[in-house]
Amino acid sequence: MTTTTVPRRPRRKVEGIYYAFLVPSLLLFTLAITVPAIIGIFFSFTNSIGFGEWEIVGLINYIAMFSDPAILSSYLFTFGFAAVTVVLVNAIAFLLAVGLTAKIRLKTALRTVFVIPMVVSGIIIAYVFNFLFSNSLPAFGQATGIGVLSESILANPDLAWIGIVIVTAWQAIPGTLLIYIAGLLAVPGDVYEAADLDGASKWQQLLRITLPLVVGYVIINVLLGFKNFLNAYDVIVGLTNGGPGTATRSIPMTIVTGFTGGDYAYQMANATMFFVIVVVISLLQLRITRGRNAI
Amino acid sequence: MSTQPALIAEGIEATATLEDGKARRRPASAVRSRGNKPSMSLMIVLLLCAITVVVPLYVTVSMAFKTQAQAVDGNAFSLPAPFSVDGFVTAWNLTNFPAAFGVSVVVTAGTVIGTVLLGALASYAISRNWDRKLFRYSFFYLLAAMFIPFPVVALPQIQLTGLLGLDNPVGVTILHIMFQLSFSILLFTAFLRSIPSELEESARLDGATTWQTFWRLIFPLLAPMSATVGIFAFLASWNDFMMPSLITSNPALQTLPVVQSIFQTQFSNNYNVSFASYLMAMAPAIIVYLFTQRWVMEGVTQGAVKG
Repeated sequence: MTTTTVPRRPRRKVEGIYYAFLVPSLLLFTLAITVPAIIGIFFSFTNSIGFGEWEIVGLINYIAMFSDPAILSSYLFTFGFAAVTVVLVNAIAFLLAVGLTAKIRLKTALRTVFVIPMVVSGIIIAYVFNFLFSNSLPAFGQATGIGVLSESILANPDLAWIGIVIVTAWQAIPGTLLIYIAGLLAVPGDVYEAADLDGASKWQQLLRITLPLVVGYVIINVLLGFKNFLNAYDVIVGLTNGGPGTATRSIPMTIVTGFTGGDYAYQMANATMFFVIVVVISLLQLRITRGRNAI
Repeated sequence: MSTQPALIAEGIEATATLEDGKARRRPASAVRSRGNKPSMSLMIVLLLCAITVVVPLYVTVSMAFKTQAQAVDGNAFSLPAPFSVDGFVTAWNLTNFPAAFGVSVVVTAGTVIGTVLLGALASYAISRNWDRKLFRYSFFYLLAAMFIPFPVVALPQIQLTGLLGLDNPVGVTILHIMFQLSFSILLFTAFLRSIPSELEESARLDGATTWQTFWRLIFPLLAPMSATVGIFAFLASWNDFMMPSLITSNPALQTLPVVQSIFQTQFSNNYNVSFASYLMAMAPAIIVYLFTQRWVMEGVTQGAVKG
């Protein structure tokens, strides 16, 4: 507001056709995303069941959430699952990226194969893994006498999440891997030559030189991955559908129950809460990427 | 207001990194084994890791070609003997494959075309009128979708599409486009800034209107970006389960990933049939990927700044 005194060049007239280029996107976007978001936030302060009469009830839905075991357990599961998966995915993807940027034969072919999981439908590959976890793994468990594996891990409330972590990681590693490859290729080769001369081992070089130099990429991958994993839906539907019981029900799955469960307004409060969390993570990500010119 | 140039600079730099990486492969930048011989042991380790990628895909293909008797025998890893396409025939009929495939193709094609066209047009208008508030704010507004995952707005969208008669593949297509738009505008505006203005000025001097300049000069120049944007729109739309399953109310109009659920409730022991069906739904995306790898791989790096 203080910039009004800054001299500016005379306002040119904007050609009408530019509005015609922009307006369709603005209109559709407003109708498809902004309006539903506003409707949703508004109804989170009501007692609507999705149709019929309703009245404004203030913060009751939000207060109720904090003592609702179903909501709390879905947040606990989703954040725990996202945290474990993000660590696993980044560790594996980083090591693979180091391997795939090294001097090896078959590099191009290997990269092609490693990226395939990214282009496969989440729900369908979850069905495939569902079969492996429910049939092949128990058969292996029985044959080798490993008790835990002799029954489907997906049917065990304490182990089902591991299946979800495995399939989610399987799908998420390629994207993370490609970002790490770009990061590693940007590291100048001469820093290693210097380290070689100083007699640093390969492991020392990896931990002391490579890792600090690509730390910006690590942060991006961790935040991006964490946010994506919080939105887990397709893979869980294909593996456990939230079960056994509600042991693996993610936040998005809980929100969607508001569609059929008659607690529309309540689940909109849940969605709004979830939205705030996602925005905070996104802003954090923007802040960090802006602060670092390294990436 | 400085977020935007930063974002864009990152987009460009990410591209540059990848291309640089290719050009600079000689000095073997990031890499440990700088000896002259390629590392055999490392390659073997990576090949073993690649097996974890291949196994689920191998199981899908081999199960799909088994007879039903062999498919239920419990060994997922055996080769089909005898080789049978019965699974495909049954799956084709059970899922009404032509209908589901048709819906998937229409939704995906609509999403790809809509995302590329709307994104390119809006980005052109925005980047050529950056000095005007309306256009500058529109950029941030359209980018805000990065902060809104589908689950957050799913419930009101289900209601609204129902009210407007869009609880069908058309509604799904529109929503797919809108969730892809921020990514495409991010890439397109970054690229448009790198196009030298002399090019456009000379076209104008030759008497071309804005409309002609866009279609004859700008849109062709955007082709590599359009390829990246288009492929990601294709993958997101083709593979999506959550949105069509929630938005489309008529089961007969469901996309391929959604119709696979019939094997979870009925026919759950006809493994050769279900896997044949999974294979038919997965294959198009894998085939497109194999032909467009370069854009897929570069797109990930460019999109790293997306949220």
